Amino acid sequence: MAETKGRPGNPFAMENSAISEILGKWKNKQSPLLMTLHEIQKNRGYISRESTLEISEALDIPLARIYEVLTFNNYFKLSPPGDVVISVCTGTACHLKGSGQLLKKLEKVLGIHIGETTSDGRFHLQYVRCIGCCSLAPALVINGKVYSKVDPLQIKQILAEWQGEARESVDEL
Amino acid sequence: MKDKSTKICLKINHKSVEVVQGATILEAAIKARVNIPTLCKHPDLVATGACGICVVRVAGRSQLLRACCTPAEDGMDVVTNDPEIIATRRTVLELILSTHPNECLTCGRNGTCELQQLAEDFGIREKTLPALVSDVPKDCSTGAIVLDSRKCIKCGRCLTVCQEEQNVWALTFKNRGLSTLMTPAGDISLDDSPCVKCGQCSAHCPVGAIYEQDDTGRVWRALSDPGKFCIAQIAPSVRTSLGSAFGYPVGTNLVGQIYDALRKIGFKKVFDTNFGADVTVMEEASELVKRLEENEERLPLITTCCPSWVDYMEKFYSDMIPYFSSCKSPHAILGTLTKTYYAQKMGIDPSNIVVVSIMPCTSKKYEIRRNEYMAASGYFDVDISITSREFIRMIKQAGIIFSELDFLAVADSPLGDYSGAGTIFGASGGVMEATLRTAHYFMTGTEMPRMGLKEIQGLEGIKETSISIGSHELKVAVAHGLKNVEFIIEGVKNAIRNKAPLPYHFIEVMACPGGCVGGGGQPWPITNEIRIKRAQGLFKDDSMKKNRSSHENESIKELYKDFLGEPLGPRAMELLHNSYQVRDKYKR
Amino acid sequence: MSYERLCETAEQECRDLEKYDGIIYTCGSTGCVSSGCQDVIQAITDCIASHDIAGRIKLIVTGCMGLCSLGPLVRIELKGREPVLFKQIDSLTIRLIILEYVLQVFRQKDAFVFPYFLEQFVVPQDLPFFTEQKKIVLANTGKVDPARIQSYIAREGFMALVKVLSSMTPEALISEMAKSGLRGRSGAGFSTAAKWDIARKQQAAEKYIICNGDEGDPGAYIDRSLMESDPFSVIEGIIIAGFAVGAAKGWVFIRSEYALAASRIEQAIEQARDWKLLGNNILGTDFSFDCEVRLGAGTFVCGEETALIATMEGKRGTPSHRPPYPAVKGLWTMPTVINNVKTLANIPPIIRNGADWFRAIGTEGNSGTKVFSITGSALNSGLIEVPMGISLGRIVYHMAGVAETGTMVKAVQIGGPSGGILPPPFFDVKVEYESLRDLGIFIGSGGFIIIDQTVSLLDLLLYYLDFAVDESCGRCAACRIGSTQVLGVLKKIRKGRGTLDDLALLERLCMAMKNASLCGLGQAAANPVFSTLKYFPEEIEGYITTREVDTHER
Repeated sequence: MAETKGRPGNPFAMENSAISEILGKWKNKQSPLLMTLHEIQKNRGYISRESTLEISEALDIPLARIYEVLTFNNYFKLSPPGDVVISVCTGTACHLKGSGQLLKKLEKVLGIHIGETTSDGRFHLQYVRCIGCCSLAPALVINGKVYSKVDPLQIKQILAEWQGEARESVDEL
Repeated sequence: MKDKSTKICLKINHKSVEVVQGATILEAAIKARVNIPTLCKHPDLVATGACGICVVRVAGRSQLLRACCTPAEDGMDVVTNDPEIIATRRTVLELILSTHPNECLTCGRNGTCELQQLAEDFGIREKTLPALVSDVPKDCSTGAIVLDSRKCIKCGRCLTVCQEEQNVWALTFKNRGLSTLMTPAGDISLDDSPCVKCGQCSAHCPVGAIYEQDDTGRVWRALSDPGKFCIAQIAPSVRTSLGSAFGYPVGTNLVGQIYDALRKIGFKKVFDTNFGADVTVMEEASELVKRLEENEERLPLITTCCPSWVDYMEKFYSDMIPYFSSCKSPHAILGTLTKTYYAQKMGIDPSNIVVVSIMPCTSKKYEIRRNEYMAASGYFDVDISITSREFIRMIKQAGIIFSELDFLAVADSPLGDYSGAGTIFGASGGVMEATLRTAHYFMTGTEMPRMGLKEIQGLEGIKETSISIGSHELKVAVAHGLKNVEFIIEGVKNAIRNKAPLPYHFIEVMACPGGCVGGGGQPWPITNEIRIKRAQGLFKDDSMKKNRSSHENESIKELYKDFLGEPLGPRAMELLHNSYQVRDKYKR
Repeated sequence: MSYERLCETAEQECRDLEKYDGIIYTCGSTGCVSSGCQDVIQAITDCIASHDIAGRIKLIVTGCMGLCSLGPLVRIELKGREPVLFKQIDSLTIRLIILEYVLQVFRQKDAFVFPYFLEQFVVPQDLPFFTEQKKIVLANTGKVDPARIQSYIAREGFMALVKVLSSMTPEALISEMAKSGLRGRSGAGFSTAAKWDIARKQQAAEKYIICNGDEGDPGAYIDRSLMESDPFSVIEGIIIAGFAVGAAKGWVFIRSEYALAASRIEQAIEQARDWKLLGNNILGTDFSFDCEVRLGAGTFVCGEETALIATMEGKRGTPSHRPPYPAVKGLWTMPTVINNVKTLANIPPIIRNGADWFRAIGTEGNSGTKVFSITGSALNSGLIEVPMGISLGRIVYHMAGVAETGTMVKAVQIGGPSGGILPPPFFDVKVEYESLRDLGIFIGSGGFIIIDQTVSLLDLLLYYLDFAVDESCGRCAACRIGSTQVLGVLKKIRKGRGTLDDLALLERLCMAMKNASLCGLGQAAANPVFSTLKYFPEEIEGYITTREVDTHER
């Protein structure tokens, strides 16, 4: 089984030294911006305004440019997502095999819309364009773990794997 | 490498035309006197290819090509109009209009809008597509420039100017696709961004998405108040910039008509900012002389007439503050003198005086309230600053027929008398030359032998020269367009750091390309061609003046004798000088 | 590193494998991971230990075996027996297979008879899905261990690089590539040699190679599979391309969604550096070259050359006007060759076997093979590599296993959101750039979706236009606004409120998108609409004329 990514539960837990380390690593390389953003998001789960100011300072890139890139690419998050990020693949194959129903079911079970996070901060629901598991459609990814040929009826069972301390609240649904 | 001067020959609508290698199809068409409609392309900016209005057909190519950014090739056979091309342009136009609010009647660009003109040319008579207008509130936070992103057509001109030309990076595109939004970076207001209010975004905007804050209502209110004594002043560049709005050739000096118009509008007195410029020269030349002779570690001297440049320096180069001239800008100086010297002389209560500046500039609206020094006399130096565009509207509202105005009208004395040095403040290189003329006189007692320094005029981004004044060999630099500042300032910083000889002793900076003639509040369209013609008008005005140096201006002499005392004297320092502070690029 | 050392390594690797009586190959790619192959791998390791056969049987975790829909896949090659491919294995069945197949073969030798109860897990090797394939770029996938450079070297890895560096000039290399007739495999079909030649002829301080692994088509995963399964062949291709154009630096640009592919490529680059196949003075020559990975950020348009460059430069990934082409003025204004992963993976085999060998595969002007990812209503879905020139029908009916008789297949969609939809009467068209283009179909990067009668093509169009709206970069008006307006018209029709005027409007809007969009993606965004209107007008008109009301909400 694919391991979940090592993100700390508290997105603010990452110390500034970690950001400095990332910035130090990429500072003198060519084409550093996207990789820096990737690593910071991987560490903190999202990219805060403070981080962008630090990047701007360290890499000598105008804040405006950083925001252009951040908001252009759907991948980056500007606010903390939930601890568990559910990405439903909406590639053509998945679409034809019912990713729409999966999304609807997830929205219903979690009580949120695409792009939102549950009020307890546990689950974040989003879609991705294609994860390249077209032969195993429909697919979804939860914190890096790929679930294939998912039936909407399996949703509750899959979420149960991830509910952690939030077990009760999911069971109620 | 291909030789840049290699000529190639192509056909545009069966007409042969020869252009240099590297020219675009659009440039070839202009040369062939064939009109290709454009929208996103600005004559001075690199084509972004955003709109697709300029598509043409090239024989042998299956895809229609954009004339604005496709290089012309030898032997190319271009057709600029056929039914499919016109239908495509028309559909694209309809698509753009479907995202554009139907607000022409209440839009600041009504009549000067490039999109409106195309809609007229293509005879768009009905809305065939559902409206997709975004719902974004206006950003009026700066008090100088208004952003109305709903009207933005995403041509990207303002971004190119703000980022590449001005190096300010206040504006960005946020999001993508249909949600693309022209906005300050990171969900902040324009006032919280690094914006320096230069207004070049609005100067380049083809539609009504960025325009000046309109203060004409406040002016009319002041004029209608019988208790107020309203005094107007006009900036140097305005006199040669107004013509296009009234059917005169670009660059025509209309100063007489403008004085007359201001009187007809109801101003009790009409002064000329050129007088303020002459005072600025007296003070700044004295500063230069002082630093050259006693205070060399405070060289180079850097000019501060341009409020956007001041704002930029405070945000981006605050370590250069000690090198700035402490002089206020000419209109602020004239405002101060109006409320002190003039008020005393005429026995008017300064609290009843309303000074209105007619400026080429959006940033002056910000400048008049930027710190307490702007009210050093106890009263605001300038009460309202309006742009030339607002002034044009006031003339029209007042029912004035411009051609009927008195072209021989003169400004009121004494704050309306000016030398040639004052008038050239409106063009890049002007402040430098005007100050050098007087500094030369102060140091040597003789007039500068050569006037009209061509090497510091014109649109080259950085202009350098050196001038001998007595025993001093003065190296000077003139920059305009803020992207050109970096090179100069970094050169100076390096020299200071390494204790090397300074590359420059005196630096003039204007935020807007070409100086004030290309200011952000000037009448549309604003292109380099137009900037040059307006500047030529000012230099011509100078060359025709009998009196070309500020220190020769009799009213100036009288001012110092009767009121100010010496340049840089206590009274001058109190009223005419300024201070600067470090400012954050981002207020949050 | 030297030629001799490579040969030694290859021989050593083969000798090492010779020692075993059998090898178990398990697919460890994303598809099979999601089907649970990691449990299977663990079970195999446990079994080998518990039965104490570590000296007799070897486990190799490979990349993709192609038939992803039937994963996890395990192939077992025992000495003296035909390889057997097992499908849909879990940790229990693999124990059973090791017990009843591997151990029994070891014990009974020639007397072994394949037990009937295992038959259900066996994928017959004579399926047309396999036999009709011609593997060039996929030749190593499912066979090499993507995590070990030795495994690649044992399969003639880096021999092409040796040949190029020891015996060819850049000019000779490019002319060999020109002779092979290889065309860009991302869909546009531009001659690879010609692209290289343009970049080679530029005078510049630096030149770059970018491997485009930003697979955008949301229905194809060939690049992902290749990078996961055979990363070294991609790296070898990049180095050779670097030599051809005179570049010293290469970049592999990978979609952020492809985490495993990115880490495999990273790993491959590190190993190649350790083995001095990347870095200074490769193979003792004066040619130096290095490469690095950069990740995309989930944006379709970044697969477009100029948008990719903008992204790499740290800007918004919006395309810009071509010319100037990247091969003339690309990354940081330097000449930059951008080749697709598949294109680059073709290069080592072409060099090793010669241009004539490659040219003999496929058809005149369309040499070589094409990899498709077959999805949708196919019996066998997964990756196939077929010679160019094969007919669509052969793939649909024969290889994908869809019954020819009956009316199940409604259409095939090729080329993803820029592609088109084709009905069965046209299935005898050959898979060639031009033949398909003549039918208004863009061959694309390899998406191949078989659509059955239950799918409403209008719904599919809504999907593609929704995609176009979502992924439009917003730079040019025709695509930014056009896609939204086209989607609006289609939705209106889908709700039964369309009129015949809307059809005319649809055509007009699509024409404007095609004519006035800045980049290829915008120009092609209306392709699905054009081909549907052309081949399936009733699918759209039906909603207008019969006022068929939308039953399921959208």
